[in-house]
Amino acid sequence: MSKVLMKGNEAIGEAAIRAGCLNYFAYPITPQSEVAEYLSRRMPEVGGVFLQGESEVAVGYMIFGAAGCGARVFTTSSSPGISLMSEALSYITCAQCPAVFVNIMRGGPGLGGILPSQGDYFQATKGGGHGDYRLFVMAPASVQEAVEMVMEAFPIAEKYRNPVMILGDGLIGQMMEPVEFPDSLVSEPSNKDEWATTGMENRSDNTPNLVKSLFLDPVQLNSHNLLLKDKYARMKRKEVRYEAYNTDGDYRALIVSYGTMSRVCRTAIDFMKEEGLEIAMIRPKTLFPFPEEAIREAAEKDSCRVAISIEMSMGQMVEDVERSVRGGCPVEWYGKCGGEVPTPEEVMEVVRGMLDT
Amino acid sequence: MGKTFTRPEALRDQPTHYCPGCTHGVIHRLVAEVIDELGIQGRTVGIAPVGCAVLAYNYFNVDFQEAAHGRAPAMATGIKRVRPDLVVFTYQGDGDLASIGMGEIVHAANRGEKFTTIFVNNAVYGMTGGQMAPTTMPDQRTTTSPFGRDVQAVGMPIKMAELLAALQTPGYITRQSVIKPKYINRAKKAIHKAFSYQLEGRCFSFVEVVSTCPTNWGMTPLEAIEWTEKSLLPYYQLGDCKTPEAREEV
Repeated sequence: MSKVLMKGNEAIGEAAIRAGCLNYFAYPITPQSEVAEYLSRRMPEVGGVFLQGESEVAVGYMIFGAAGCGARVFTTSSSPGISLMSEALSYITCAQCPAVFVNIMRGGPGLGGILPSQGDYFQATKGGGHGDYRLFVMAPASVQEAVEMVMEAFPIAEKYRNPVMILGDGLIGQMMEPVEFPDSLVSEPSNKDEWATTGMENRSDNTPNLVKSLFLDPVQLNSHNLLLKDKYARMKRKEVRYEAYNTDGDYRALIVSYGTMSRVCRTAIDFMKEEGLEIAMIRPKTLFPFPEEAIREAAEKDSCRVAISIEMSMGQMVEDVERSVRGGCPVEWYGKCGGEVPTPEEVMEVVRGMLDT
Repeated sequence: MGKTFTRPEALRDQPTHYCPGCTHGVIHRLVAEVIDELGIQGRTVGIAPVGCAVLAYNYFNVDFQEAAHGRAPAMATGIKRVRPDLVVFTYQGDGDLASIGMGEIVHAANRGEKFTTIFVNNAVYGMTGGQMAPTTMPDQRTTTSPFGRDVQAVGMPIKMAELLAALQTPGYITRQSVIKPKYINRAKKAIHKAFSYQLEGRCFSFVEVVSTCPTNWGMTPLEAIEWTEKSLLPYYQLGDCKTPEAREEV
């Protein structure tokens, strides 16, 4: 299939349809409202479900209901909206339902701003809602990658019966780039009659299925949490994704950066290479599970004097970078938020400054 | 001689955790009888609330999902929109539906979602220990209104059936009770109608059931029935607020 020029938000909507997800519930919020606008036209064309809910709170539970009865379903929102959906995310994760949530991040906290940011790193990777749970979090760095990750998100959500979050910043949603859609549809899992509320008549033993998150017995609740913990450990073993850039030879510093910020860093690395300064980058594609081993190995290289977490947030990822480096070299942070995207020149100045001192 | 009174198929053979004199058991039975009569057990999905009926899935013999507090109508919307062939009902109390879940029920009703809501109104939060609800009567004492509900401070109790009937879209809105056999018979007919309208794909259907809570009211079961008749029913008047037939005539 040939490439088409598409806005990120619209491409995300189309990618879900191509992945066989014909159920979408959402509430408008800048900078991702184009997903809902696009799907309000497209879903009727493909015989799918489009519904604009009355709030992000309600939408979270529309997703829970639909996912709980075995349907492939997704929503999109932006930072303050994801805060409101976080209650449902806690319930959905506990009840082990697959669903895909896309967060096109804007600046925070509070009402913040509408420009690109990566300020929801903690919210996405450390919980956000109450209780011990994790989301599978993928961070695209281009519109093409957003398409691929959305299509990949559904089988991952279904394999682990856990919500997947696509964490993109406002630029990923708002910019237009050429994209090519993989044309294969993702087949649906065959086991949903085993757990989902598909109707008793669909089961040979004619017993009811129950989708719930209440465990009044502390021993049972502990066991359930251990089961979830095992699932997250399995993700850590099997699903870590990252890109290593300029890591083959010697380098003096290691940048860890994701999403739009990593593209700026890549340009800075190319410029510095022309000047004879070798800098490497590990770009996490999955933020949970985090590429700990890749970062540790890259930071252990003898020539590497510093690892720098560069983010459009105030150092939220630096804790994970420190945890990964495990003292192998010093860890620094640089970032901006509120909608300002650091330029390659700023990144170069920061890197040079850290190496000179 | 055959049995003349049996447990509905849609109920499990389980003792319930409900208090003596509580009417949840009667309402569960009526819903289960209707599910049996309509032959829909195999494709029915119930949504349990947060509140005393959170464990309703231990008693009903149909598929169930458990909602967060007040969110059952949003979950039912999600299910019904993607699986219109399933028969979906929410079972909610007054703290759940009229307080924290006010937004969800109003919008689901206003969209005309084709599911059924059974709304059990006993004028108090049951599960959390008898706190004041939006439906608590003026001067009624609860654990958070120890001097009685002060309507100057917190307003008058909300009449949910009338509130929803003020919307243009919803089709069947009725208020019933189950404190005496004559009321039980009428409530059964209303629940039957509510599910039938859903099966016809006709409208959103809402059955409010004025109920008792002897434990949190500090009454015996008999006193609770008397108080319901004397104090609740004059304010929460029984009968249909809206029927699809009347609406279609207009």
